[in-house]
Amino acid sequence: MGNAISVQELHFTYPSQNGGNPHPVFDGLNVNIEEGSFVAVLGHNGCGKSTLTKQCNAILLPEGGSVSVFGMDTKDEALLLEIRRTVGMVFQNPDNQMVANVVEEDVAFAPENLGVPSEEIRRRVDNALRAVGMYDYRTHAPHLLSGGQKQRIAIAGVIAMQPRCIVLDEPTAMLDPHGREDVMRTIETLNRENGITVILITHHMTEAIRADRVIVLQEGRILTDGTPKQVFTQVELLKSAGLDVPATTQIIHELNEAGFDLPPDALSTEECAQALYSRFTAKA
Amino acid sequence: MAAIIEVRDLCHTYSVGTPFEHDAIKHMDFAVEKGEFLGVIGHTGSGKSTLIQHLNGLLKPTCGDVLLGGESIWKDKQTTRRARFRVGLVFQYPEYQLFEDTVFRDIAFGPKNMGLSEPEIKERVLRAADFAGVNPASLDKSPFDLSGGQKRRVAIAGVIAMEPEIVVFDEPTAGLDPAARSSLLENIGAYQKATGATVLMVSHSMDDVAMMADRLLVLNEGQIEMLGTPAQVFENAERLQQIGLTVPQVTSLFLRLHELGLPVDPATYTVEGALKQLLRLKGGA
Repeated sequence: MGNAISVQELHFTYPSQNGGNPHPVFDGLNVNIEEGSFVAVLGHNGCGKSTLTKQCNAILLPEGGSVSVFGMDTKDEALLLEIRRTVGMVFQNPDNQMVANVVEEDVAFAPENLGVPSEEIRRRVDNALRAVGMYDYRTHAPHLLSGGQKQRIAIAGVIAMQPRCIVLDEPTAMLDPHGREDVMRTIETLNRENGITVILITHHMTEAIRADRVIVLQEGRILTDGTPKQVFTQVELLKSAGLDVPATTQIIHELNEAGFDLPPDALSTEECAQALYSRFTAKA
Repeated sequence: MAAIIEVRDLCHTYSVGTPFEHDAIKHMDFAVEKGEFLGVIGHTGSGKSTLIQHLNGLLKPTCGDVLLGGESIWKDKQTTRRARFRVGLVFQYPEYQLFEDTVFRDIAFGPKNMGLSEPEIKERVLRAADFAGVNPASLDKSPFDLSGGQKRRVAIAGVIAMEPEIVVFDEPTAGLDPAARSSLLENIGAYQKATGATVLMVSHSMDDVAMMADRLLVLNEGQIEMLGTPAQVFENAERLQQIGLTVPQVTSLFLRLHELGLPVDPATYTVEGALKQLLRLKGGA
């Protein structure tokens, strides 16, 4: 499969504000996101995560180098609409993303703007609401829904554009554990069943381990990049970058420091429990 | 130890007499000890925010009462006003509430309203800025030129500067990266230690409350579901999941190990606690 997003030698600097210094973010970043993959992007605040996502649908443009979206150069103004339609964005605060007073009207907003015929809009809205498990709420008022439900409506609004790629910038930061799980399951379904490429920015390591690939950014550079197992076993490196590791990885890492010989990549709770169980029962 | 906050038979109903009438809090009873760190957890809509707005009289109970140091905050107007200063509320995303043209003036707003003298205001601003981890070099800057994390610290300093006996934080770490999160939690912990203040922290992060709190108050559908130490609460993993919550990852791991038959305490909730037990297990084997 080809690349959904291809970033080559990206240079980008935010202009100075109020007479301060210009703020360089990227100084030659290279990264490709394969079509159909589920990629989590980690890094502390200010590392360039959000800037990178805004480069993915031409909200920001490269100063040097290039960003291409399914082969479309983001600097080509003639392709702007097509790029925005191809890559959908979901942000942190669901309340800032609602535009209508009825759920289905909110979801219809993007296809209406794209000039999609009305029967087609009806079909897309229904499908999008089913995909996020919110079809039963289609005539409800969005402001009376919970945070997790609102965020799923925001995702449905993006799906109704039929994008090939969805970029989510900390979509669960304001949600309770239940809402977080709803959103994560929705994202996984869209990726696995509908083949939509997903780029998820998150501070929750437990969410990142559900991705196919984890990219860690630090000061505009890629600190490490690989499968969750490859990335999260580098405990010291991640800590030096101000990031957490899942508690399971932390426990195994500390035990191994104390002379155990446990598999460092037992990431999930179950894998870790099994590894510890067989270690302690084998000795007894 | 004496209870500093007593919530007695508290109810709150929104939109009384309309089709949207909704009981957000239903007959809640609990007390918080002076100097305690109480974590408040519950799903969205469980009544957490409604509850904390009662503690300093921003909302008036539909029934029941709130007592500070044994005295109803609704006794008379002066007592209600005093409650606003005795209980400091740090709302969710408090950085959106900054408004002054310098960081110093923003932090000074509360103390100024208390009618303190200029030198005392200055002293309090500097002390609060220090506790909240505000960079001293930014006191003369506009708060709007600061990073999101620094802005939040300024907003927290603005509440601390009133030197409330009780500080209530509503999701203080939402949206922060892990390093900023643990650094802010450290500041909160150090503040409590230094001043002896009573702290309530509402959070969706079970790891945060597990690390910080002496006791946890678990809300569900406007009622108290559980109230106890983190170990007592996290023991009930199944029930917590039923009401839309989770347990820390360490706890799910230890529940599983216990189920598999290893002699470990299923109510373990910190990495340190986990390691201590596993290393002891090794010694015994």
